[in-house]
Amino acid sequence: MTVQSAKMALRELSSLEKSLGLKKPNKYSTQGDKKIPVLQNSNGPSLSGIVTIATHLVQEARRPELLGSSAEERAVVQQWLEYRVTKLDNCPKEEIKTILKDLNLYLEDKVYLAGNNFTLADTLMYYGIHHIMVDLTVQEKEKWANVSRWFDHVQHYPGVRHHLPPVVVLRNRFYTSGHH
Amino acid sequence: MKLFVSEGNPHCVKVLAVVELTGVKCDISHVNHEERVVPYLSRPVLPALAMPSGVYLFSPNAICRFLFESSGSESSSLTNQWLEWEATELQPALAQALHMTALQGKRAEAAAALQAPLSFLEQSLRKRATPFLTGEEVTVADIVLWAALYPVLSDSSFMAGEPAQVGRWFERVGQLQACQSAAQAVLRGAGVEALKGYLQKQPVPNFQRRDPRPCNQPEGEETELVITEEQMQAAAQTWNRGLGHCPTPASREHPILPQEGKRNILLTSALPYVNNVPHLGNIIGCVLSADVFARYGRLRGWNLLFICGTDEYGTATENKAREEGLSPQEICDKYHAVHSAIYRWFQIDFDFFGRTTTSHQTEIAQDIFWRLHERGFLIEDTVEQLRCERCLRFLADRFVEGVCPHCQYPEARGDQCDKCGRLINAVELKDPQCKVCRETPVIRSSKHLFLDLPKLEGQLEEWLERSVSSGDWTANARQITRSWLRDGLKPRCITRDLKWGTPVPHPDFSEKVFYVWFDAPIGYLSITANYTSQWEKWWKNPKQVELYNFMAKDNVPFHSVVFPCSLLGAQDNYTLVSHLIATEYLNYEDTKFSKSRGVGVFGDMAKDTGIPADVWRFYLLYLRPEGQDSAFSWADMALKNNSELLNNLGNFINRAGMFVTKFFEGSVPEMKLLQEDLNLLARVGWELRQYIQLLDKVRIRDALKCILNISRHGNQYIQVNEPWRKIKGGDQERQRAGTVTGVSVNVACLLSVMLQPYMPAVSATIREQLQAPPSSMDAMLQGTGSFICALPAGHRIGTVSPLFQKLEADQIEALRKRFGGQQPKSQCEVNPSPAVPSPPVSAAQQGVDPEQAQQLAREVAEQGERVRTLKAQKSGEGRRHRGRCPNSWS
Repeated sequence: MTVQSAKMALRELSSLEKSLGLKKPNKYSTQGDKKIPVLQNSNGPSLSGIVTIATHLVQEARRPELLGSSAEERAVVQQWLEYRVTKLDNCPKEEIKTILKDLNLYLEDKVYLAGNNFTLADTLMYYGIHHIMVDLTVQEKEKWANVSRWFDHVQHYPGVRHHLPPVVVLRNRFYTSGHH
Repeated sequence: MKLFVSEGNPHCVKVLAVVELTGVKCDISHVNHEERVVPYLSRPVLPALAMPSGVYLFSPNAICRFLFESSGSESSSLTNQWLEWEATELQPALAQALHMTALQGKRAEAAAALQAPLSFLEQSLRKRATPFLTGEEVTVADIVLWAALYPVLSDSSFMAGEPAQVGRWFERVGQLQACQSAAQAVLRGAGVEALKGYLQKQPVPNFQRRDPRPCNQPEGEETELVITEEQMQAAAQTWNRGLGHCPTPASREHPILPQEGKRNILLTSALPYVNNVPHLGNIIGCVLSADVFARYGRLRGWNLLFICGTDEYGTATENKAREEGLSPQEICDKYHAVHSAIYRWFQIDFDFFGRTTTSHQTEIAQDIFWRLHERGFLIEDTVEQLRCERCLRFLADRFVEGVCPHCQYPEARGDQCDKCGRLINAVELKDPQCKVCRETPVIRSSKHLFLDLPKLEGQLEEWLERSVSSGDWTANARQITRSWLRDGLKPRCITRDLKWGTPVPHPDFSEKVFYVWFDAPIGYLSITANYTSQWEKWWKNPKQVELYNFMAKDNVPFHSVVFPCSLLGAQDNYTLVSHLIATEYLNYEDTKFSKSRGVGVFGDMAKDTGIPADVWRFYLLYLRPEGQDSAFSWADMALKNNSELLNNLGNFINRAGMFVTKFFEGSVPEMKLLQEDLNLLARVGWELRQYIQLLDKVRIRDALKCILNISRHGNQYIQVNEPWRKIKGGDQERQRAGTVTGVSVNVACLLSVMLQPYMPAVSATIREQLQAPPSSMDAMLQGTGSFICALPAGHRIGTVSPLFQKLEADQIEALRKRFGGQQPKSQCEVNPSPAVPSPPVSAAQQGVDPEQAQQLAREVAEQGERVRTLKAQKSGEGRRHRGRCPNSWS
């Protein structure tokens, strides 16, 4: 994680706090070369790592449904949170296409990452993929139609967007999909 | 619930341990690494948990967490924190460390890569002072971290001094029955070695990507390998194993067919175009590289079929036939024989060397054509072409001449103007003439069939993604393919108005033949069909067969894009390429090979130089253009022959044998190994493992350096121990001379094995001189490689004689002149005579340090290189001209 992305991580957490309606903001610092975010907890040990902290914030806000409402859904949420920090963050350029392709296929029959319900996975994946979506051409957004649709849903989900500029995703097809 | 796991995958240890520990019921299914279980992920990812609802979990930590939760233990924030740390901090370091240990043998660096996460873990354990990571009880975090670290921490030789708390915690968790059985199930007690297959399929961790070194330049200072006590003990154990019951290598029985349970490899080298005599660039790019890999594969015990043949149809053959006043068939017969003879001389050991002008070719090409046609992958279009009414044929681009539409040059060809260099569309030529009869051709439109590549693009990309990520594709092959796809595919014409070709079976196109790019690669299939009637067992068997294609880089798109599209569109379960190995270009003395100018060495002339085929093979492989263009140079060839072959390799092997003959009456003496000997065994063993890792990845040139390193170590070892002096001393000294001689002659025996793919005749000579037991051939190259004492005390060797001859300066100068064509004298190099040092063959007895001689030789070579570079820059010729394969099907 670079200094830049460390800043982004802190901004993400602050946006998340706002969208969760947490009244008093938490204190954060960073740790190590990679500037991992650390939550300074007044009543307990500090927590480090963006997924761990975000999960903790959701619990603090008493919104457990955002972590999934069944064991299976919770596992799926955790899986995509992990995907965000292991696959999406710092992903090499040549990997971006594979990620979009896989996500596009996965989202083919889903509204949100965990199925029909909005969860923390959507928020954090949205934050993490934003910089990729910004760079896509119109044609590419159409090629990855399911990702674009999901992304558009999430950025318009009440209270999510906060620190990030909106990305325009066309809802009508302007181009046919090539030679087929 | 169904849990999919694969052997040798460290992540599977995690989930298997948790399943047993939590007692959650689920079916466990063992699958291959390559199995794509999760339908929406492009790469195979394991472990994976399939839920009855159809949901898949593919992240090992999420699976473990889920299983724990299902059994009633929810994870705390602290547990979550450890799981996140494991995934984001520990895993990247582990990936590096495992890669270095298992694939590169760099244990020290691997341990360094893990230092930071391990000390973090140590501090955390100290601070909390609880038996487990988060408290008194085992949680999912303990299991996940334990399993992740298991491959390194369980290997005592790997981590000599792991931090104390980490060690205790690791032991505590490891006492759980669930952990032990999971580790056993996945790693089978083989430690890091068991992960090799899995690791090879993973993307190379970032740290390792670096620019390839230029080809002819000497390697930079290599870091001195530090040998540990454990490595020496391990080397001694391997050595003492002896050949035992190693079976004698089985002889090859034709026809070779895929076998259940074996690694089945189908290996092709690009089909050389029949109308030309191949030059050195062609030989190294295609058949010689493939031959080295084929020989190596056979030694490794793979079930391997090596196929090649001449590509015979097309305009160029018709042209040549006209030139020589023969029929196309006669031309093919004549040149096919020429090619066969050249490759035989170079000892290219094909299992079958065929040709494309056969009835099988017609059958198979037409079958593929019809299948493409029925499935709607062919489209019709009209093309305007020049036709000569006197010769009654459409004129290929090369048969038309006229005035260049751009620069008015009067003798522009139908495809390109030789003066301004611009590409021309033949119908644009002014005053076009038929090259044969000088009649003015007319423009006629002609109907043609096109392969609808755009329609196949999706399928192709899907397949490519899999093949490139799971197979070994050289960097240039990946780049060229990527750029073709990026530019978008266009329909490609597959028919031509020619006579000499495979006839198009469609009645509307009865006068036409297939375009050579469509036809020629089908030659691989038809040549196999001429080899065995069961050819489909190779070519319609993608599950069992791995296909390797060798070629020069100009041929890449036809093998990675166009031909796969034909096969995918035909939908007949064809075997597609899994590993695409492309070389760069080989230049000739900083210019290009040119038949017409008489510049360069052509296959049939190499024999006339009087230089043995094995020396040619050695030098060409030594400068194999891996990763970058390289240049053949006579002076350099002499230098490499005299310094590497004669003074290094040949000198060592000869001395080892001579000592046995002279001092021990031809019988290998008793060996009592001291620390110093063990050190050599470990060093040699390390080079051997390196050699295997490199050749498994088809890094042919790099692996050759391992051989030369071993003989360099051997020379030093003899030099330091002076057996020729000690043999005259007391009992103890005599015994020492015996040990050093025995170890050396065994190193020579190992070298004869490692040399076999590169210099088969020299290898056979050494083995004959040493009377090496046949079983030692395969035994040392099994698994990760083992340096075994194959010539035990008492073994009798044969007659020893020198292996190589010096290349003299005047001899080389004469050759350079002879093959230099009509190049102006000023372009020639400095007189190479000072570049050829003449150190004595048995330098040791005469008190000359071979290392020192080599150092001098190296300096001279560098100087020569500098002069050449300067000249190339000055003339500006260096990079433009290069030797190309004539068989690029564009």
